[in-house]
Amino acid sequence: MKRTVTALSLAIPLVLSTVACNVDSGGGGESGAESAGKRGPITIWYSNNTEEVAWGKSVVEAWNSEHPDEKVTAQEIPAGKTAEESIGASITAGTSPCLVFNTAPAAVPQFQKQGGLVALDDFPDAREYIEERTGPTAEQYRSPDGKYYQLPWKSNPVVIFYNKKLFAKAGIDADNPPLSTYDEFLDTARKVVKGGGAQYAILPSPSSEFFQTWFDFYPLLAAETDGKLLVEDGKATFAGDEGKRVAAFWKTLYDEGLAGREKYNGDAFADGKAAMAIVGPWAIPVYGDKVEWGSVPVPTSEGKPVEEIHTFSDAKNVAMYTACENRGTAWELMKFATSEERDGELLEGSGQMPLRADLEQTYPDYFDQNPDYRTFADLNSRTVEVPNVPNSIAIWQAVRDAYSTSVIFGKSDPDTALTEAAAKVDELAGQS
Amino acid sequence: MTRTRRGRRAALLGRQPIGIAFVTPYAVFLAAVFAYPLGIAVYMSFHDWFFAAPGAVVDRPFVGLDNYAAVFTDPALLRSFLNIAVFLVINVPLTVGLALVLASALNAAIPFRTFFRVSFYVPYVTASVAVVGVWLFLFNSDGLVNTVLGDLAPDPSWLVNSALAMPVVAIYVTWKQLGFFILLYLAALQNVPKELYESAAVDGASRVRSFWTVTVPGVRPATTLVVLLATITGANLFTEPYLLTNGGGPNGASASPVFLMYQRGIEQGEAGLAAAIGMVLVIGVLAISLVNRYLLERD
Repeated sequence: MKRTVTALSLAIPLVLSTVACNVDSGGGGESGAESAGKRGPITIWYSNNTEEVAWGKSVVEAWNSEHPDEKVTAQEIPAGKTAEESIGASITAGTSPCLVFNTAPAAVPQFQKQGGLVALDDFPDAREYIEERTGPTAEQYRSPDGKYYQLPWKSNPVVIFYNKKLFAKAGIDADNPPLSTYDEFLDTARKVVKGGGAQYAILPSPSSEFFQTWFDFYPLLAAETDGKLLVEDGKATFAGDEGKRVAAFWKTLYDEGLAGREKYNGDAFADGKAAMAIVGPWAIPVYGDKVEWGSVPVPTSEGKPVEEIHTFSDAKNVAMYTACENRGTAWELMKFATSEERDGELLEGSGQMPLRADLEQTYPDYFDQNPDYRTFADLNSRTVEVPNVPNSIAIWQAVRDAYSTSVIFGKSDPDTALTEAAAKVDELAGQS
Repeated sequence: MTRTRRGRRAALLGRQPIGIAFVTPYAVFLAAVFAYPLGIAVYMSFHDWFFAAPGAVVDRPFVGLDNYAAVFTDPALLRSFLNIAVFLVINVPLTVGLALVLASALNAAIPFRTFFRVSFYVPYVTASVAVVGVWLFLFNSDGLVNTVLGDLAPDPSWLVNSALAMPVVAIYVTWKQLGFFILLYLAALQNVPKELYESAAVDGASRVRSFWTVTVPGVRPATTLVVLLATITGANLFTEPYLLTNGGGPNGASASPVFLMYQRGIEQGEAGLAAAIGMVLVIGVLAISLVNRYLLERD
């Protein structure tokens, strides 16, 4: 008898879990077309940085005053290691909001696989709206099934910031520093470390998180390949000659001690620990008064003209989540928040570039008054996004691991490491 | 007829059926927070599992032992198990040795005893994030330790040195947990009869001899517990490689299986693989614990 009771006590949880698992995978929701027209109150999340919180509040206030029957409740994304983790957990729990104004493109394939995202193509005017607002760049944000699960919202094109004082101290022309080719960049880096009083020329984070590649290897790869995505047509693009040149460039910086292998617990550029930084336009208000800075596009091996240089977008988009009931309202709010007027407010308040095709022409006054941002606006049309492919995060982690082993820590040959990583990426990208 | 029914009931419920009522709340608790999640984890580990939205129609096929095969063939995962072995080899003996010696010292009539007891306990109750900040200050390239060592400082520095990162993590965890284990030993020391020390003294035993022949055997049950707990908490290492070495760095040298469970299961959406890592870890820890228990409890 005791044995029977013991066996039953072990079996019941297993049976329960099996039932639970099957229930989870067997459900079905309301069809997209049915819920696309529903109107009513909705909830949204936005980023927690001060500028975006202010912008979000202003948008919600404006919407609520015009639409009292479709009230929007807004809050910052709940705290987590990353916004993507919080959003992913909310998808699983069925508690995600209607819209998140901070959806990372790299997370979209996973959210989509989880059944957490609404295809915006459910709305009759969505495709036209997205493609008209963003232009040809919008193509990068389409999922492999041809649909849009995200509305391209804003980018932070990555460039090189340099400390003018440290450059001048090292005898480098601080107004036109030679940072265009790899050779020039390396020479300048050597000079600024030797004579500029900075311990490092540049200090991108050497840690192993998957997204760190977006701020060292990938922007230079985008520039070197004239705008190729990391994966195109299911195949890795980073193990060719261009990728090898980029890897060799960074490896030289690490091997010569011009870049550091240890993470700095602070802001290396603001603290004068590094003479250069690889950043987006968000850095302008951050370093505004602290550092006398200048900016140049990322270098290329042969020094391409500025107007031909591509870079990583570091974009954040707006996505609609399947837990949303009043999707008609959510879609209208998406358009409201990405209108010319609201995009202008975002640009004015945060300095981040709305992903609009005609940015400089749309806001000429802003760029006249803020010429520092013109470089970013120009790059906005030549930004390269993360590829929208299955296993996106696993792909980035594979690239990071290979880069970290070979380029940062010099434990293996970069060419071999990139080739091996490319084979792994091909396999991951080919999975559904 | 009635007697037969009673006999059946007694056979089913035992002589004291009321006992079932007392046991039920804990049994339900155990089933809800342990057995049920464990059952789900086992189920997940045999499927291509990922977390999905409620009601979403998704395909999570049965994959047999594929996830387990991945655990034993993925170089990063194998490395993480090796890392944790290194961690346990350093952490467990160090924890047992230091905790017992310090507990013995704190059990004696020494000046400022309460102050020392509190001091050893403070790191244990302090949030890891705050304490890690101090260790980063101590062990980074320009930190206090390297400044004191001067030319003797390792290159690359402690936390970015693939040979030293895990030992530093192990020492950090030993230091942080020590207060708790000292407390266990202090409690155990109260049960060691004073007469044994007096007898040893009469026989001419030195303090060291008394320690080895009276204290160590006297706290053996506590040592079993300390080894068991240190092994279990050590095998579940996550926060330290996550914070102290920036995600298991350098280059995976301090990555732990639990850190990779998080990376694969949460970040990369491979919850089935993460569950398999977890099951292998559970079995491994159980095996180590049984061996420890056998070695420590045999006469």
